[in-house]
Order: sequence, then structure tokens, then C-alpha cells
Amino acid sequence: MTATEYIQLYVFMLAGVVGYQVISRVPPLLHTPLMSATNAISGISLVGSLVAAGSDHGTISTILGGIAVTAATINVVGGFMITDRMLKMFKRETRKS
Amino acid sequence: MREHVTQAAYLAASLLFIVGLRSLSSPAKARRGMQQAAMGMLLAIVGTLVQQEIVRYEWIAVGMIVGSIIGAAMAIYMPMTAMPQRIAVSHSLGAVAATLVGVIEYNLHSTDVTRGKMIALGFEVLFGALTVTGSLMAFGKLQEVLPTRPITYRFQNFFNLMLFAIAIVLFGWLIYDASNPFVFYTMLGLGALLGVLMVLPIGGADMPVVLSLLNSYAGLASAATGFALNNNVLIIAGALDGTSGFLLSMLMSKAMNRSFANVLFGAFGAAPEGGGTGTSVAGLTVRSLSAEDAAAQIVYARTLVVVPGYGMAVAQAQREVRELADIVTKKGGDVKYAIHPVAGRMPGHMNVLLAEADVPYEQMYDMDSINDQFERTDVALVVGANDVVNPAARNDRGSPIYGMPILNVDRAKSVIVLKRSMNPGFAGIENELFYRPQTSMVFGDARTTLKQLVQAAKEL
Repeated sequence: MTATEYIQLYVFMLAGVVGYQVISRVPPLLHTPLMSATNAISGISLVGSLVAAGSDHGTISTILGGIAVTAATINVVGGFMITDRMLKMFKRETRKS
Repeated sequence: MREHVTQAAYLAASLLFIVGLRSLSSPAKARRGMQQAAMGMLLAIVGTLVQQEIVRYEWIAVGMIVGSIIGAAMAIYMPMTAMPQRIAVSHSLGAVAATLVGVIEYNLHSTDVTRGKMIALGFEVLFGALTVTGSLMAFGKLQEVLPTRPITYRFQNFFNLMLFAIAIVLFGWLIYDASNPFVFYTMLGLGALLGVLMVLPIGGADMPVVLSLLNSYAGLASAATGFALNNNVLIIAGALDGTSGFLLSMLMSKAMNRSFANVLFGAFGAAPEGGGTGTSVAGLTVRSLSAEDAAAQIVYARTLVVVPGYGMAVAQAQREVRELADIVTKKGGDVKYAIHPVAGRMPGHMNVLLAEADVPYEQMYDMDSINDQFERTDVALVVGANDVVNPAARNDRGSPIYGMPILNVDRAKSVIVLKRSMNPGFAGIENELFYRPQTSMVFGDARTTLKQLVQAAKEL
């Protein structure tokens, strides 16, 4: 393994630990928004798809990349929007005056 | 210079993702935090588009426009009751992107790929393909285009494990010698097949675990993409998604008192003849109540705890539940909602439906915080929940759900159960709660019944 690959493993491991700490504090109340939020965030694979679709490595790569861009964009746009729509619904008790 | 811009954008995006997820620990801060995470995503996308490698923009433009339209339309028009299906679809789409990127990378580099990169690509397409088909299967079951009951056959686990072993052998072969595309695509195909076969024996009530697990796989596929492309923001986002899914599936399995392995290989509810000894209810009778009598009991309760289950989601009765609760509140009663971790088809399913019906979140209690309050509860109203309130989980060692933590509904002073019929719940076992002296049943579609209850309560 190269030095870069070792560093990648460190990044993966540390991000996993941070994720565990952060996510174990999310109350069951918000578990559905959590799922759709992590879904939206993992739409970051869009970044990889963009490079694949835009690097001009031949028609097949470009087309497959285009499909990947579409799929990932649906997740990013749809994921953040629906998470917001859900979170907007969680309201406090309105005090009647 | 461009490279620095890209890396700075990725660094900021990684931080904002963590900030966003951190904000989900409180419903008051969550919205703003997630908007920050969305900003992070925008930064990462812009940071990528300025890269030198990207020379053609037409496919990118088409993909992003089409994707944005579909994504936005889904987010705006999808009813909240369809959330589990939407989540399943988006796991699948995320995995499609990861798998395709893996395929493209392999095609470009199959002859000069390093071992480290081949390992990453292998994980990427294996997890990716498995998640694509597995999530589509889960979608089919949730949408009920496929049968929701577990589908089992002889030697199922053995057969699946054999296929898995073959996939691993092919993976090993690729690490040793990556140059044969046939091996690569066979492995990918096996991954896709395994996704189908893995979800086939899993029943509707186990969906929360499966959705969480697929969430985790989709994240791991993204992280593997990051390793293959040497891209840290992908590794970080993938790791966050992966741990989140993993953590949720642990919580869900725990809430059913079952191990991961048992959910995946156990085919719960498939064979009630084996485990379904349950409590004998022969000779016992249930007390059926008219809507008017039930309404009177509910309206004059000082403390009412509503226990929603999948039946409420199916009947789309959350608004009627809230209307009834409003009447009780107006009469001076105290209303709470008790939510079991695996009620519904995905983690937090009931909370979202209730929030949609304008139930304030302070009234929603999770199992641990409500369970010792049932003794002081006048009326527990069970709306379409069954196994999560079955006392057999506590008392009956022979029961398949023995040991599963349940809501202590049986300790309430009186219990009213809204139920379609006397059919047993998903696990195929009788529920002795229904035969207890303090329990009365109101039969019928939950929504129709609740409408009658609201009507009757208004006249009181």
C-alpha cells in the first residue's frame, strides 16, 4: 500500500468515529430525516460522476457518467429538499394566548 | 491554483456535512444545519466543475438538469406516507452512481490498475450492485408490487452463501490480476443477484432494519468510490452515511431483540407453525365496543396515550388521530404519543407522519421515556399497532417475539384497540392484550373508525 492509501484509511476511520459520535446523539424523533439527510450527503458521489461524465474518455464513459450524474443529482436535490420539507413539519407546541 | 480551489471546497464541504448531521440532535436547530450541509454540497459541486480534467459539459448539464427536475418533483409531490419507498429508491440511485463510476474507472484502467485501487473498485461495484437491486426489491415490497411476506425456499441461505463465496473468489482474482473484464462483470452481476436474493426472504415488518442496512451499504459504496478516485470528501461523506446506516440497523435490531444475522437469514414470520405456539387464547373472548362508547371513554380520560403503528400509516389516519387528541386536550386531558422504534416501515416513520398532521414534537415520546408512565394512564389508544404491544414478548418464553422490548400498554388502566379484524399481526402470533379485561376493541378501518370517534366525541 502507498502512503496515500494509508492516509485514506485514516480519513475513513476518523470520519467513521466522528459519524458514530454525531449520529448517536440524533433522537429517534428525527431518524427518518436523518436517513434522508445522509442519503442526500452521500449524493456526493455526484463529484465522482461529474469527473467521469466530463473528462472525454470516450462515448461509453461519457454516457455512463451522464447517467451517474442524473442519479446522483436526483439524490442531492431531492434529498436536501425533502429533508427540509420534513424538518419544517416538526413544530413546537403553539401556546394559545 | 484550480486544484487548491477544489481542495478548499472539499474541505469546507466535509466540515459542513458534519455540522449538518450534528444539528439533527435537536429539531429546533436541524433545519438550519441541513441548509448549511446543502451549501457544503453546492461548494463541492462547484469545486469539482472548475477542475482541469473536465472538458465537456453537455452531458453534465443534461444530467444535472434532468436530475434536479426529477429530484425536486419527488421532494415536492411525494406524500409523507410514501417516505419509506422514497428512501429505498434513493439508496438505489446513490448506488447506481457509485457503481457506474466504478465501471468507468475499471474500463479506463483495467490494465494498469494498482492493487489498492482494484480493492477499492471491487468494494465499490460489489456493495453498489448489491444496493441497487436490494433497494429496488425493498421498494417493490414497500409499494406492494411484490409480495410483502418473506419468500423462502429450501437451502436458501446455503445457496446465497455459495454465491457470495463465488463473488469473493472473483474479487480475489481481480486483485491478483485485474485485466479480465469478464471476471469483473461476473462479480458485478453476482452482486446484483445477491441484492435480490438477500431481500427476498425479508418481510414487511423487518423493513426498518433492511432500509438501514442498505443505507449503510450505499454509504460504503460511496466511500469506496472515494478510495478509488483518491477523493477525501467522498470518503468522509461515505463513512458518515455508512456509520449512520449501521447505527440505525443496530438500534432497529435491538428494538426487535434480534441479531443482524437473524434478520437477514431468519425469515421472520415465514413459519408460524414452528415458533408460533404463543399464548393459547382458546375460550377467551374479546370485548367489542361501539364508536360512541369508545369516544366517551377517550374524551373523559385525564391522561391519554396514543400508540400508533403501521396500521395508522396504511389507513392514513394521522390527521384524524390529531383531531381526536385535540378534543381531549380541549376537555382538559393530557395527550401523549408513544412510539416504538420499529413501529412502521422505517426508523422514525411514525414521528414524521404525526409531525405532518401537526402534532407538536414535545408530545411524541420514545419507548424508554414513556414506558413507566403507562401505569398512570387512563386510556391507551392503540391505532393499528400489534406486535409492539404484545405482552407475550415479556411473559411467554415460547413466543417468537419473546424478549423484544414492548410498550407497556397492558399496564394502562384501560386500553382501546382500533383494529381492522382479529387477524394476528405480522409475526403471525396471537396478542393476549386483546383478551385482557381492561381492553376493548373497535373494529374497522382505522380512519373510518377515528372519524366516527371524532364525530361522537364532538357531540359529547
